[in-house]
Amino acid sequence: MLRDAVISAVIAFGLFGAMIGLKTEVGVQTIELTPRPYLVLAAVLLVFFGRLALLAWKKSRPTGTPKPGRIAAVAGKASRYLTPVVLVLTITLPFYAERYYVDLGVLVLTYVMLGWGLNIVVGLAGLLDLGYVAFYAVGAYSYALIAQNFGLGFWSCLPLAGILAAFWGVLLGFPVLRLRGDYLAIVTLAFGEIIRVVILNWTSLTGGPNGLSGIPRPTLFGLVFNSSGGEGSFADFFGIEPNISQRGIFLFYVILGLALLTNWVSLRLRRLPLGRAWEALREDEIACRALGIDVTVTKLTAFAMGAGFAGFAGAFFATRQAFISPESFTFIESAIVLAIVVLGGLGSQIGVALAAVVMIGGGELFRDFQEYRMLIFGGALVVMMVVRPRGLVSGRTPSVSLGDKRHISADLMTEGHG
Amino acid sequence: MTYPLLSVEALTMRFGGLTAVDALSFEARAGEITAVIGPNGAGKTTVFNCITGFYKPSEGALRLTHAGGATYPLASMPGHLITRRAQVARTFQNIRLFAGMTVLENLLVAQHNTLMPSVANGLLAVFGLAGHRRAERAAIDKAKLWMDAIGLTDRADDPAGSLPYGDQRRLEIARAMCTDPVLLCLDEPAAGLNPRESDDLSSLLLRIRDGRDVAGRCSLLLIEHDMGVVMRISDHVVVLDHGRKISDGTPEQVRADPHVIAAYLGEGDEGDDAAAEAVL
Repeated sequence: MLRDAVISAVIAFGLFGAMIGLKTEVGVQTIELTPRPYLVLAAVLLVFFGRLALLAWKKSRPTGTPKPGRIAAVAGKASRYLTPVVLVLTITLPFYAERYYVDLGVLVLTYVMLGWGLNIVVGLAGLLDLGYVAFYAVGAYSYALIAQNFGLGFWSCLPLAGILAAFWGVLLGFPVLRLRGDYLAIVTLAFGEIIRVVILNWTSLTGGPNGLSGIPRPTLFGLVFNSSGGEGSFADFFGIEPNISQRGIFLFYVILGLALLTNWVSLRLRRLPLGRAWEALREDEIACRALGIDVTVTKLTAFAMGAGFAGFAGAFFATRQAFISPESFTFIESAIVLAIVVLGGLGSQIGVALAAVVMIGGGELFRDFQEYRMLIFGGALVVMMVVRPRGLVSGRTPSVSLGDKRHISADLMTEGHG
Repeated sequence: MTYPLLSVEALTMRFGGLTAVDALSFEARAGEITAVIGPNGAGKTTVFNCITGFYKPSEGALRLTHAGGATYPLASMPGHLITRRAQVARTFQNIRLFAGMTVLENLLVAQHNTLMPSVANGLLAVFGLAGHRRAERAAIDKAKLWMDAIGLTDRADDPAGSLPYGDQRRLEIARAMCTDPVLLCLDEPAAGLNPRESDDLSSLLLRIRDGRDVAGRCSLLLIEHDMGVVMRISDHVVVLDHGRKISDGTPEQVRADPHVIAAYLGEGDEGDDAAAEAVL
C-alpha cells in the first residue's frame, strides 16, 4: 500500500515537476524561469496521501463487490419515479425560473436531444460514432441555407433538415459498414472533420469562417416573436406586453417537444422489430446474420435515425442562434455528446438526460471558475469511470416479456464492437 | 417423401495455399439427419461456413432444393438471404446467443423477417401502423411453443446469458428453428454437455426431424464429435479427413469402414481395430 502510494508520488513528481515547478516569466527581452519547489512538494504530497486514502478506503470496504444486479434494479426502479418528476419540473420551468435558467434549459435540452439521438447509434446499435456533430452541422446549415435561399420557414425546413442529415447518415454508413470498433470510430471522426472543413472552405455557399447570419426565427402558427410587438406578433395577437423572454420560452417548448419526440421514437423503436434488431446487432453481429437479418440495412437505419435527430437539433440550433459558423461544430461537440451518452449509461434514456444536465448545466454554473472548468470536467469523468464504469444508469429492461419485466444487469450485455 | 435437399458438388475451399476442403461431394436428404464427422481440422466447420454463406467457396456448387421444387444456389447468395429465402439456419460451435436479451427476445429476433418484411414497414410500425400488433402476438405465440419444446417457459424473461450451458445450447437451436428453416445446420451441438443433457439433445433433434411435439420440423445437418449421439440419431454419416470425403453411408456402414478407422487412429496393426471399434 505504501509502495503503491510512493510510486504514485514519483509519477506525480515526474508530471508536475516541470509543469508546476517551473514558471516562465516574460522579462524585457528574455523569458526567465522561476522555480517553485514548494508548490511541487504540495502537489506530490497531495497525490501521496490521496492515493493512500483511496487504498485505505478500498481496503476497509467489505470484500466482494455488492451485487451489481441489485444496484441496477434499484436504479431502474428509481428511474421510474424519477422520470415523471423530472418531466413535470422541466415543463413548468419557465413559470418559476428566471430567464437565464430558461435559456440554460434550452441549451441543456439541445444536448439531451443530441444525446438521445446518439444513443440510438451507440447505445442501441453499438456503433461507435465520433463524428456525430457532422449531422448536427448538416441540419443547421440545411435549415439556414434553405431558409435564406428559398424563403421557407422553420417548420417546413425542420423535416427537410432531418431528412438531409439522415441522407448523409446513410452516405457515411455505406463505406463504414465493414468497419468495426476502433476503425469505425476513426472513420466517423474523420467524417466529422471533413464536413466541418468543407463548410469552412466552401465560402461561396456557406460563408466560410464568417458563417451565416440573419437566419429566420421560428414562428407559432405564423405569429412572430419580437421585442417591438407590432402587427402579426405573438404579443399583439394575445394583447399582451411584448417581451423578448417570450421567445426564449417559446424556444424552450420547441426544443422540449423535439427532445420528447426523439425520446418517444427511440423508446417505441426499442419495442419494435427494428429496435430489437439493433440491440441484437450490438450483442452479436454474426448471430444476426445467421438469423437472416440484413446487417447492412439494419446498421444504415440506425445511422440514418441518429443522424436525422441530430439534423432536427441542428435546425433548432440555427434558428435559436440566428447565426451559425463552423466554430460551433468542432470535434469537442461530438466528444461532449458521446461523453453524455457514456456517462448516462449506454441505452438508458433517463441516464442520458441526467448526464446532459450535469455536464452542460454544471459546466455553465462553473463558468465563474473558467480556468478550472476543464479540470473539474476531467476529474468528474475519471471518478465516474472508476465508480460506475457502465454509466449512471446501466443495464437494460427487456423490450417484451411474458411476466414482470425484470432489469437485466449490464454485466451480461455486450457494448458492441462497432 | 425423401429427396436430395442439399447437394454439395465438388466443393473446394482454399485459404491461400491451404486447401481446407478438397472437391467434396455429398447429399443431405430431406427428412433425415445427416452427420458430418471427422478428426479435428478435417474441414467440417469450413463446409458449414460455406453452406451458410459465411465463406464463399473457391470452387464447386451448393444446391438446395425446396419441397416445392425451387432451387437455390447457396454459393452465390448473400449470407442473410441464405437464411431468409433458402431457409437454411445454423448454430455455432461456441454459443452465440444475445446474452443481454431475454430468452423470449432471442426467439423474437429470430423472427425478424416475418415481423418486419421491409424497412418502411418497420418505420411505419412506430406509428402503430402496418399490422404490427397482430404479427407480434403471433411471433410471441410461436416463441412460447418453442420455449415449451425446450423446457424454458419458466425462464422466458431471464437474460439468455444467465442460463446454464445446456439450456443455452437448446435455446440456440430453438432460436434457429424460429426462422422456419428447411435445413438446420448444427455445429457440435453436444459439445460440453453431460450424458443426460446430450440424451435430451438427441431426443430434441429426433423430434425436430419428425415434427413430434415441436412447433416445426426440418432436416438436419450436424457436425459432432460425440459418437454416441452421432450413431444413435443419424440416418446418414459423411466422414471427412484432410478436407476429403473418406466414407459415406449409414452409421453401421461407416463404423465398419477401414478408412474411417485408419483416419481416427492412424494406419496401424490389426490390433488397433479393436480399439477403433471401441471409439466408434
